[in-house]
Amino acid sequence: MAETGVWTAYGLPLAIIVLQIFAILVPILLSVAFLTYFDRKIWAMMALRRGPNVVGPFGLLQPFADALKMLTKETIIPAGANKVVFLLAPMVTMTLSMVAWAVIPFADGWVLANINVGVLYLFAISSLGVYGIIMAGWSSNSKYPFLGGLRSAAQMVSYEVSIGFVIITVLLCVGSLNLSDIVRAQEKVWFAIPLFPMFVVFFISALAETNRPPFDLPEAEAELVAGYQVEYSSMSWGLFMLGEYANMILMSALTTILFLGGWLSPIPFAPFTMLGPFWFILKIVVLLFVFGWVKATVPRYRYDQLMRLGWKVFLPLSLVWVVLTAGVLVTFGWLPTTH
Amino acid sequence: MDLIAFIFYIFAAITVASGVMVIAARNPVHSVFFLILAFFNSAGLFVLLGAEFVAMILVIVYVGAVAVLFLFVVMMLDINFTELRQGFLQYLPVGALIGLVLFTELVLVVGSWTILPGASTAITAPASAAGTVAISNTHALGQLIYTHYAYPFQVAGLILLVAMIGAIVLTLRQRTGVRRQSIAAQIARTRATAIEVRQVKPGQGI
Repeated sequence: MAETGVWTAYGLPLAIIVLQIFAILVPILLSVAFLTYFDRKIWAMMALRRGPNVVGPFGLLQPFADALKMLTKETIIPAGANKVVFLLAPMVTMTLSMVAWAVIPFADGWVLANINVGVLYLFAISSLGVYGIIMAGWSSNSKYPFLGGLRSAAQMVSYEVSIGFVIITVLLCVGSLNLSDIVRAQEKVWFAIPLFPMFVVFFISALAETNRPPFDLPEAEAELVAGYQVEYSSMSWGLFMLGEYANMILMSALTTILFLGGWLSPIPFAPFTMLGPFWFILKIVVLLFVFGWVKATVPRYRYDQLMRLGWKVFLPLSLVWVVLTAGVLVTFGWLPTTH
Repeated sequence: MDLIAFIFYIFAAITVASGVMVIAARNPVHSVFFLILAFFNSAGLFVLLGAEFVAMILVIVYVGAVAVLFLFVVMMLDINFTELRQGFLQYLPVGALIGLVLFTELVLVVGSWTILPGASTAITAPASAAGTVAISNTHALGQLIYTHYAYPFQVAGLILLVAMIGAIVLTLRQRTGVRRQSIAAQIARTRATAIEVRQVKPGQGI
């Protein structure tokens, strides 16, 4: 009797949660694989090239060929490296980009952990992303990775400040930290319209937070060879890439939830409103296209320009916007009621 | 033993163990990593208490910002720590004495600590003021800080601001001859001010 009690109390819920985790992670990993293909195709088309087109129909199996290649290569650990931290760094990057998906609502009620402080959880996880890079940079015991790690530390801390203020602006309009509540609050109008400047600031900060071009200074092939990744090879390098692409999807999902109405349909009647996850994924794909578009068109920022943009442009702008939003909400009595 | 207690003991044990490792680790960078682990597990303890807002803020502020700057500084230090440990046994008695004094003081303070009868009701006041509806701990914290204790909170913020400005003023140094980029001047450049067309005769140069 006691054993069945334990099973129904802990075992069964645990099994269900593990299944749900797999149901989220397997599609995420698959979409990460195809995102690398998508990204390369966009980049190629913008440069009037063909992109990957050899492996499989339209080159669709290219990501799997890449994965197979990485798995069969040798993992090289430099003699002077701090071995434990060196191996821990890619794992940290990869794990952090996966755990954040626990709170993302794919449709109304389709969420693994519907916690009260969902936005803060995402913000906390994304602010930890810097550790993977710092650890990699330091433990490689080499100059280029170290410089890349230091740059990344400064960059991510700077842009997090303005991301924080943008999130506060949205929260003022919602009155809740729960991600599903944030989406429901946009039923009348998506926040991208009244808060358009913040939408732009958030998207650019998301580029900086995920180390994508034009803010890929931690890697900066032209000057730092590949920054923090120099000493990594095979799957330990592959985990960094997976983490980076998963973070891109995550930041696109967060932008969608905060500004583009999450799973809400742009066409507000019956057959279209049923397709919650479809709209959510479509919006993410559009944002991911913009990620690739920016990468193909904008040259890399210089380091001091990056810092100037973060601290002297985005920070004052988002601070003023927080005050402005609060002022407007109080003046017109539009403050969301506490529940 | 139920699950919550079990999880509590895991978090608490890891917190204490990583706290010990912060001072015991040979490599200062490892110390910072153990400190981060300790922060994480404290955040876990807060979650177990039902204080999810404080837990997330702990991770964002301490792990996401403070520890990054710690790591930034510690990684740049070039100290020979084996040399530093040479006099360890020599200073042990003094260190132990200071530790003992601090420990005694802490025991005395905690032992004589009495919670005012009004204080415990003040803490629960906002929750009960909201009526029977169970409010989330973020709301409770917000009401406590911004409604019931707004002025002390503002004063605390002002003190932090003064400290911040003080730190900037103390470390500010004026350097002469620094060439800064002037974005406005760059944008204001026009074709007329930027280029000059000259007729160069062959074999003469400018």
